[in-house]
Amino acid sequence: MSADYGAQETVLRLTGITRRFGATLANDAIDLTLKRGEVLALLGENGAGKTTLMNILFGQYAADSGTVEVFGKPLPPGNPAAALSAGLGMVHQHFTLADNLTVLDNILLGTVPLWRAGFGRAAARARVLTLSRDFGLAVDPEARVGDLSVGERQRVEILKALYRDVRILILDEPTAVLTPQESDALFATLRSAVAGGLSVIFISHKLHEVMAASSRVLVLRHGRVVGQVATAGTTREALAAMMVGAELRKATVTPGTPGPVLLQLRGVHTSKDAAGKDDRIGGLRGIDLALRGGQITGIAGVSGNGQAALSDLLSGLLAPQAGTLDLGGTAQGQWSPRRALTAGIGRIPEDRHKTGTIAEFTLTENVILERYAEAPFARAGVMDWAAARRVTDDLIRRFDVRCEGPDGVIRLLSGGNMQKLILGRVLDTAPRIILANQPVRGLDIGAISYVHGQLVAARDAGAAVLLISEDLDEIMELSDIIHVMSEGRLSPPFARGSMTAAQIGLWMAGQGFDEGATDAA
Amino acid sequence: MSALWDILLTASFWAAAIRIASPLIFATMGELICERAGVLNLGIEGIMVIGAFSGWMAVYMGAGLWGGVVTAMLAGMLFGLLHATLTVPFGLSQHVVGLGVTLLATSTSYFAYRLILPEVTSPPRIEPFQPYEIPYLSEIPLLGPALFSQTPLTYAAFACAALVALVLYRTPLGLALRAAGESPAAVAAQGLSVTGLRMGAVIVGSGLMAVGGAFLTLSAFSSFFFEMVNGRGWICIALVVFGAWRPGKAVLGALLFAAFDALQIRLQQTPIGQVVPYQMFLMAPYILSILALIVMSRRAEVPAALMVPYRKGER
Repeated sequence: MSADYGAQETVLRLTGITRRFGATLANDAIDLTLKRGEVLALLGENGAGKTTLMNILFGQYAADSGTVEVFGKPLPPGNPAAALSAGLGMVHQHFTLADNLTVLDNILLGTVPLWRAGFGRAAARARVLTLSRDFGLAVDPEARVGDLSVGERQRVEILKALYRDVRILILDEPTAVLTPQESDALFATLRSAVAGGLSVIFISHKLHEVMAASSRVLVLRHGRVVGQVATAGTTREALAAMMVGAELRKATVTPGTPGPVLLQLRGVHTSKDAAGKDDRIGGLRGIDLALRGGQITGIAGVSGNGQAALSDLLSGLLAPQAGTLDLGGTAQGQWSPRRALTAGIGRIPEDRHKTGTIAEFTLTENVILERYAEAPFARAGVMDWAAARRVTDDLIRRFDVRCEGPDGVIRLLSGGNMQKLILGRVLDTAPRIILANQPVRGLDIGAISYVHGQLVAARDAGAAVLLISEDLDEIMELSDIIHVMSEGRLSPPFARGSMTAAQIGLWMAGQGFDEGATDAA
Repeated sequence: MSALWDILLTASFWAAAIRIASPLIFATMGELICERAGVLNLGIEGIMVIGAFSGWMAVYMGAGLWGGVVTAMLAGMLFGLLHATLTVPFGLSQHVVGLGVTLLATSTSYFAYRLILPEVTSPPRIEPFQPYEIPYLSEIPLLGPALFSQTPLTYAAFACAALVALVLYRTPLGLALRAAGESPAAVAAQGLSVTGLRMGAVIVGSGLMAVGGAFLTLSAFSSFFFEMVNGRGWICIALVVFGAWRPGKAVLGALLFAAFDALQIRLQQTPIGQVVPYQMFLMAPYILSILALIVMSRRAEVPAALMVPYRKGER
């Protein structure tokens, strides 16, 4: 309906936008137009230049050349305030919220002239509540942002934009941090927003979301526009080909050959996870789990149901309070991250920015984080940086990490390249057990199939892989054995292909657990 | 024990505690504003010295007492501008810049003192602020002489703390300031200038620190001595932490510290003072402050972006 209404009116026009970062050409003469009431998907792999382009539009960076016109008027470059007052609103991939302030404070920030004596908080609060009801964005205005879930924080970001009467809303990879249910809720919100006359730019690299949410698609590759199509007239395959520049070969995963049990949990209870964040369910409640070599064991479930505690347990950050943890048939009395490492557990942490890497350290330093005190990296207590750099160079080459070199700061890598380096760091030690917690969250399809391929290869070499993921498709495609996690409990093992997605969904909602373990499955 | 009660029940003890707390309150509020915006200002000690010196010198040269206060504030703001320029747009280390500002401001004061008064052996005195008895209120027994017979600058210190609290929690400016110390990216995304907010906070905060210094020469004593600030700036840094970055709790902390200080002076005159060396008494407020700091600040919420320089457009 809204697609017809005012379809002629161009609300946004970018012309010849070019921006360099050092030697990289992030945006190369990009043209883009947005019409009223449409959802334009900006599709491209990580590093294709989507985020840079939007940051230029929003005034976070200035373009080296090119112009931006909003509602027919040119926008001064490098000026977020001008972009805001022109009616542009952006929800960043990494939220720009202050954790220690309330939701209302975050929304009000910058909306009232600084020299005014007060806010009119009551009126502002009422308006926020109206907006959140009209757009289905339920959130408590008085809650502290740091206490909210990721999905709720994103709602705050969108409310922030709506509160400012934005007419063009830019969403940068909005679903990267959301559960499938939260993503669906977001799409519903976007539909009602567009029906209300808003125009949306939706940045993503997930094809099914682009197909579901957009009316037109603009594809970027290596900083250039490589295609522009109406969503109705294209297919996922065609978009994927445009995005990566070649037909994508879909890896079919052959079943693994079960080896010996390398790790066994019996009746394990834990406290909440090590960071103490995931305390809604208060830790694991009597978990039985056997990890065999040569198999991928998948843990399905909505995050926040004990995955963090399970992951921390295998990482050595958390010890069982009751029950036993056996490694290769030996019960572990003392348990620590160091013991987990020496026992041959390789860890791919859930949050590559916070726990996977140290942002300000170089690639080399990050590569040897777990092994810095061992030969060849340290001899007689002195670091051998040449050896460390050789290993890093080797990993960069073998795992196709696009970067400036081993001495660059890891913070500057894109998510996919950072994850490839972490994967390389883990696989380089030939671990017997690999903990892969959300290993492809936020990655583009090229990087996803690469990471999956490497995990399968490690499995075929005899490693036991524990894959924790919220993406049920990923779990069902890769896993030889599937467990479902719900409220700190673990379902019995299900063999590959023995369960449909719908059946697993019932376990996720906690249904099978109540019937007792005997007649389960 | 009875000696202690005798001290605690006198109005003069509490009057002294409030007097000692006043410069700490000014400077603590100044530091608190800086830190709430995300900048640790270790220039505080030196800025208090320059405030003490310039306020006193202005009065000595013929300005009125309030003229002295304004002079001190402007001098503090000047050094605040230096600190802010180096730490905010240039993003230099806040520790190093702060210590540098302290050394520069202190030696500038001493140098100017020698330059202006080359032949003087004991510093000239000025006529300081006199206590102002607030009508009616000062006649309340015990409370009156303790609270309402202070100098105008003491009343100003408490008014300043109330104003800081009001601005921080009740105005758009205060929200923007706090947000700059919590998440500069959020501030920039809302179209506000992180640089402007932080520089403003450091400059105004430094002005308040200097007024805290000027209290020493214009209200507490009547002259300027080398070493007269004597670590009060560092105490204020601790008081901000003690107060968990909240103006009200920081004022309580300043009063607590000042009460310990007033108490130790009086305890020295009692029979206990005959046996215990006086150095122990001098140490007592600091030891008690450290203990209070440990107890009070364990659960404090540090501004998330404190000491994190903000660079626009950085990935």
